[in-house]
Amino acid sequence: MMHSILSGDFPRSRVLTGLLIAIFIGLALGPFLFGGTVAFRTMGLICVFIIVVASYDLMLGYTHVVSFAHLMFFGFGAYGVAMALDAMGSNFTAIFVGLGASLALSVVVALLLGLLSLRVKAIFFALVTLAIAFAFMVLVNQLYFITGGEDGMRVAVPRELGPAFRMDDTWTGFSLVGWLWGVITNPLAVAEVTREAFFDVRMNGRLLMYYVTFVLATGLFLFMLRLVNSPFGKVLLAIRENEFRAEALGYRTVYYRTAVVVIASMLATVGGVLFALVTRYITPESTLDFELAVFVLLMCVIGGMGTLYGSVVGATVFLIAQNYLQDLLGGVSDWMEAMPLLHYVAGLFGADRWLLWFGVLFVLSVYFFPTGIVGQLRTWAAERERRRQGKAVAEGETAEQTG
Amino acid sequence: MSANISTMNGSSGGLRQRFAAFRDGYPHFFVLGLMVGVMLLLALVPYRTVAGPWLQAGEEVPALLQLFRLGFTTWFTLTVSGMAMGLMIFIMSSGMTLTFGLMSVLNLGHGGFISFGAFCGATVVAYLSHWGGSGSLMLTTGVLILAFFYAMLITGALGIFFERVVIRPVYGDHLKQILVTIGGAIILMELIHVIWGPTDLPVPRPDLLRGAVIFHDGVPLIGGAAIEIYRLMAVVVGLILYALMQLTISRTKVGVLIRAGVESTEMVEVQGYRIRMLFLAVFVVGSALAGLGGAMWGMYEQIVNAHMGEHLMIMVIVVIITGGLGSITGCFYAAILVGLINLYVGYLEPRLAGIATVGLMVAVLMWRPQGLIPVLRH
Repeated sequence: MMHSILSGDFPRSRVLTGLLIAIFIGLALGPFLFGGTVAFRTMGLICVFIIVVASYDLMLGYTHVVSFAHLMFFGFGAYGVAMALDAMGSNFTAIFVGLGASLALSVVVALLLGLLSLRVKAIFFALVTLAIAFAFMVLVNQLYFITGGEDGMRVAVPRELGPAFRMDDTWTGFSLVGWLWGVITNPLAVAEVTREAFFDVRMNGRLLMYYVTFVLATGLFLFMLRLVNSPFGKVLLAIRENEFRAEALGYRTVYYRTAVVVIASMLATVGGVLFALVTRYITPESTLDFELAVFVLLMCVIGGMGTLYGSVVGATVFLIAQNYLQDLLGGVSDWMEAMPLLHYVAGLFGADRWLLWFGVLFVLSVYFFPTGIVGQLRTWAAERERRRQGKAVAEGETAEQTG
Repeated sequence: MSANISTMNGSSGGLRQRFAAFRDGYPHFFVLGLMVGVMLLLALVPYRTVAGPWLQAGEEVPALLQLFRLGFTTWFTLTVSGMAMGLMIFIMSSGMTLTFGLMSVLNLGHGGFISFGAFCGATVVAYLSHWGGSGSLMLTTGVLILAFFYAMLITGALGIFFERVVIRPVYGDHLKQILVTIGGAIILMELIHVIWGPTDLPVPRPDLLRGAVIFHDGVPLIGGAAIEIYRLMAVVVGLILYALMQLTISRTKVGVLIRAGVESTEMVEVQGYRIRMLFLAVFVVGSALAGLGGAMWGMYEQIVNAHMGEHLMIMVIVVIITGGLGSITGCFYAAILVGLINLYVGYLEPRLAGIATVGLMVAVLMWRPQGLIPVLRH
């Protein structure tokens, strides 16, 4: 059964399997394991960005198409649903109208983009998409009377998906991090720490929205996994490895590349819709900024290009780092300020400097782990397997010789 | 009908063919002439004749028709200002297009150098603000030279480091180049935050470069036109640099090698030249020019922040694609086109300036997929 759910594409590494299961359980039971609004928001974003990064990976990792306009399609979705809700009132029809309209727009624009520049070299496509994405961002900024301009717009979600929608019962959550921290810092008072770790989880529309996002993210991820392991996905890989040869084998590579751009764009649009509904407030900066496009690239590469699991790992690691690494670095920086000599370099470790370290990590990972975290874990697992088999073979041979 | 056309072709074929030859042979002049010419026509259309058919005398002209009230002096001011902006962008873009032309290395970290140069220039100008405030020509020139030189020195040195550490390991792999140089750009930007702090830095422009030259009303045609002194200076500096670059490329030995390298890297290597060294030199000069352009832009905007290079990169990319990747002449004309369209469209409808820039690129690409002046690679 797992074989058909994962489309035969197993993690192929014990560590990776563990990691993925941990992420899955963490996200599935998240609202009951991590208290606090930051954690809740982070989990929602992780679910959304798993879709966005995985669909980006379809282009970048599986086909070697570098696009900087992926966030533009994300923006189509986010602004589409926000504007529909704005114009038609907060109801579910508006959501579906927004979704449908932005999907249609995405298909058209992705096709045009494909026609304009997919025939030329990868590098050209990257540059042209960068410029076009920028033009779209300027457009959104300037059309303030419908998009709110730089101030962004509030997404008036239906009442059923907002915090105002309360169900009467309250469930109990167990703060895992708080409990672990308590046990480590204060191991004698385990009972008290355990009692304090329980907290109330209110059943409201926000929680409902989170689970909708989670289910959709899981479903779309499995769909993409299915896609890349289908004959279609194999052609994409062939194009990546040697486009000329793929064409010589009779595949119209332009069709395939356009198709993958269209599919990835539609998935990004769905991601954008979910983003708008989860965060309930969108600005050009939070949906379309060039920096965000770079972040998506970072997530994809650090997690592992060409492995869809990489997007799960990458998005999780990056978003957790974005929200929590700052605190850690702030601590390091404070500690260094107090030390002699080290305080000269304390500026490098400031709380706002987390991106510097991610940049360094990114460059290093392109050089030394071009397949990212997931690829590296798989390589290690494969090496171990080979060593074990080699040993078994060697043992078999010695047994034969002695026997 | 078709026979009619063909006979017409026969009679005026020479002119038409010559026009076609001009259009395809000198696409940059064609587009430039088209843009400036259309704008000039708009400028020369008299207000009343246009307004007459629709409007009664003295009635307010609708917003859409405001563009017909351009006037020649405004056109002149816009054109010079557009050239100033274009030339600053040209200085920034030239390095990137040459690096691509020579080694087909696409450096998306170029924006980082622009920001870095801007901050270096700003530091010098702020440090020597009493020189700039003195109003003496000597000291003002001194500030400018020091600021620009310092910016070029630092970004040039950074360029060496960047080429050796970041780009060298990924020659010949476009995908990795894009990724690694973007990582490099993030690091450069964060380093700016570490060194200069996260806030924007004001750049006090020297007193002599403030204000504008206003032509005397008695001057025919352009009487009353006002042009900022700083923009004039940018035009002069940009034109000098372009002339120097063209001279270097067409008249010196290095220039011959660069041209040969753009055509065929292997053939240059076969002749025994170390193309890697040549490339390093071009990369360093390109980075220094990016720094210079950034410093000039920072002084023009009078404020710098770490993200400015990122925003300027859009224009740089439009310029190098429109001009034809690898061509310095194409880069020059495309930069002027971008500067002009920004000013022209920005004057008519400020909101559309950014979109018009990208629109220009798309339009040129539809017509000539390789850009205005394609570089032939064998």
